[in-house]
Amino acid sequence: MADPTAAGDVLVEIRDLHFARGERVLFDGVDLRIRRGEVTAIMGPSGTGKTTLLKLIGGQLQPASGTVHVDGENVHALSLGDLYVLRRRMGMLFQSGALFTDLNVFDNVAFPLHEHTDLPETLVRDLVLLKLQAVGLRGARDLMPAQLSGGMARRVALARAIALDPTMVMYDEPFTGQDPISMGVLVDLIRRLNDSLNLTSIIVSHDVAETARIADRIHVLSGGRIVESGTPEALYASESEWVRQFMHGLPDGPVPFHYPAAVGFDDDLLGDAGSRRAS
Amino acid sequence: MTDLLQRIGARTLGIAERLGRAFLFLLRALAAVPSLVLRPGLVVQQIYSVGVLSLVIIVVSGVFVGLVLGLQGHTTLVNFGAEQSLGVLVALSIVRELGPVVTALLFAGRAGSALAAEIGLMKSTEQLSGMEMMAVDPMRRIIAPRLLAGFIAMPLLAAIFSFLAIFGSYVIGVGLLAVDAGAFWGQMQDAVDFREDILNGVIKSLAFGFVASWIAVFEGYDAEPTSAGVSRATTRAVVHTSLAVLGLDFVLTALMFA
Repeated sequence: MADPTAAGDVLVEIRDLHFARGERVLFDGVDLRIRRGEVTAIMGPSGTGKTTLLKLIGGQLQPASGTVHVDGENVHALSLGDLYVLRRRMGMLFQSGALFTDLNVFDNVAFPLHEHTDLPETLVRDLVLLKLQAVGLRGARDLMPAQLSGGMARRVALARAIALDPTMVMYDEPFTGQDPISMGVLVDLIRRLNDSLNLTSIIVSHDVAETARIADRIHVLSGGRIVESGTPEALYASESEWVRQFMHGLPDGPVPFHYPAAVGFDDDLLGDAGSRRAS
Repeated sequence: MTDLLQRIGARTLGIAERLGRAFLFLLRALAAVPSLVLRPGLVVQQIYSVGVLSLVIIVVSGVFVGLVLGLQGHTTLVNFGAEQSLGVLVALSIVRELGPVVTALLFAGRAGSALAAEIGLMKSTEQLSGMEMMAVDPMRRIIAPRLLAGFIAMPLLAAIFSFLAIFGSYVIGVGLLAVDAGAFWGQMQDAVDFREDILNGVIKSLAFGFVASWIAVFEGYDAEPTSAGVSRATTRAVVHTSLAVLGLDFVLTALMFA
């Protein structure tokens, strides 16, 4: 039964989400809507829990309170069996790629097909080659994951994530640690796949320039809440000093350069604290 | 003083919590076992990697334990003029004790460590998480086949070990030390009881196989996802399995033979 609030063009709806890891509160009332067919970016400084948000959407973590609806279904109210059925419609690209190191490229992409379908082997082969062709790695099908560069590994993982033709794909920091060429390839690929396969893409990232190039909409996460949402252009021109500091990468501003310390710098160097530790 | 009490309390709670996690993990893994009926290939593959690949160490150790036991047994028995009973001494100590126990210890070192490291690395490289997001349950795909494979492989390995150890002592006793072949086998046949000795040995190795694979897969699955965490999990898999096997052996022996 579809939830009326998630009907229409909203694929993922997050309401009043709270989540804490031990003492640290990561989400303190996040509200977020992700529309079908768009590339949506969730941005924010490191440590704001962007990856955690993806894991909450995928049902790998339980929130303290609040709801996550994906395609009309309340993710955290589903039984394990139903959750696995829902996950077949979700693809996820992990930061590390998470390829199976004992399988070659071809078998990695074929893995979800073998697990979830009874297709004849010739058809599986054709599907795998199609997906690998889409990410430009048909020629690398016999390589093992250890023989791939970081960028290639991510593209193989992307081919595997779209193997079952999901409705949405979640990207966890897809651009981190890439050289300019593979970065360009990935940026282009995410947009192209989104449009040609009618996907909905969610990108979690702190690479502002690359993400802004392809995102239809950006939500900025800070202090456990969404502080601003809008098109990339709107965010670049934001009124908020904090958002401007983040989008333009300024070293100092509302977010101070220094991590807060218990005592002042002078006291720390010359005062009691220093001598106690040295003795 | 309160500090010490607090630390002891915290440690005890930590151990209790881990035991609880291990039992819950076992229940989930056992619940996934029936699904393997449809995928016997997964279990066969794991029997190959924990069983067949452990054969070299089991074969070599079996032969040498037999050779040494033959020599030692003969040296002692000859003092009482009972060296013709070498077959009985060797067969009983191997079938009842050494076969299951030594096989389990070798299994922990060879296969248990490999299982814990493999699963721990899969966890730290997000392969298990990735599998979950591909709607594949790691309990069914990874954990249950390995648990079952260890359970099946252990009694087979113990049987091979026992067979080769008895053969080793036969080579020493009959071939080198002039024990009569008829006496060696004949007395063994008389003294070794199928139910009392062999069946109890098999039960022991089944129990050890279960415990060894449980500890190994749990340690891997519960590993902290860092290199230090995986290394700790591997060590713990071997140490805990060895201790558990020795403790369990005492309990089982007391129940069976006392």
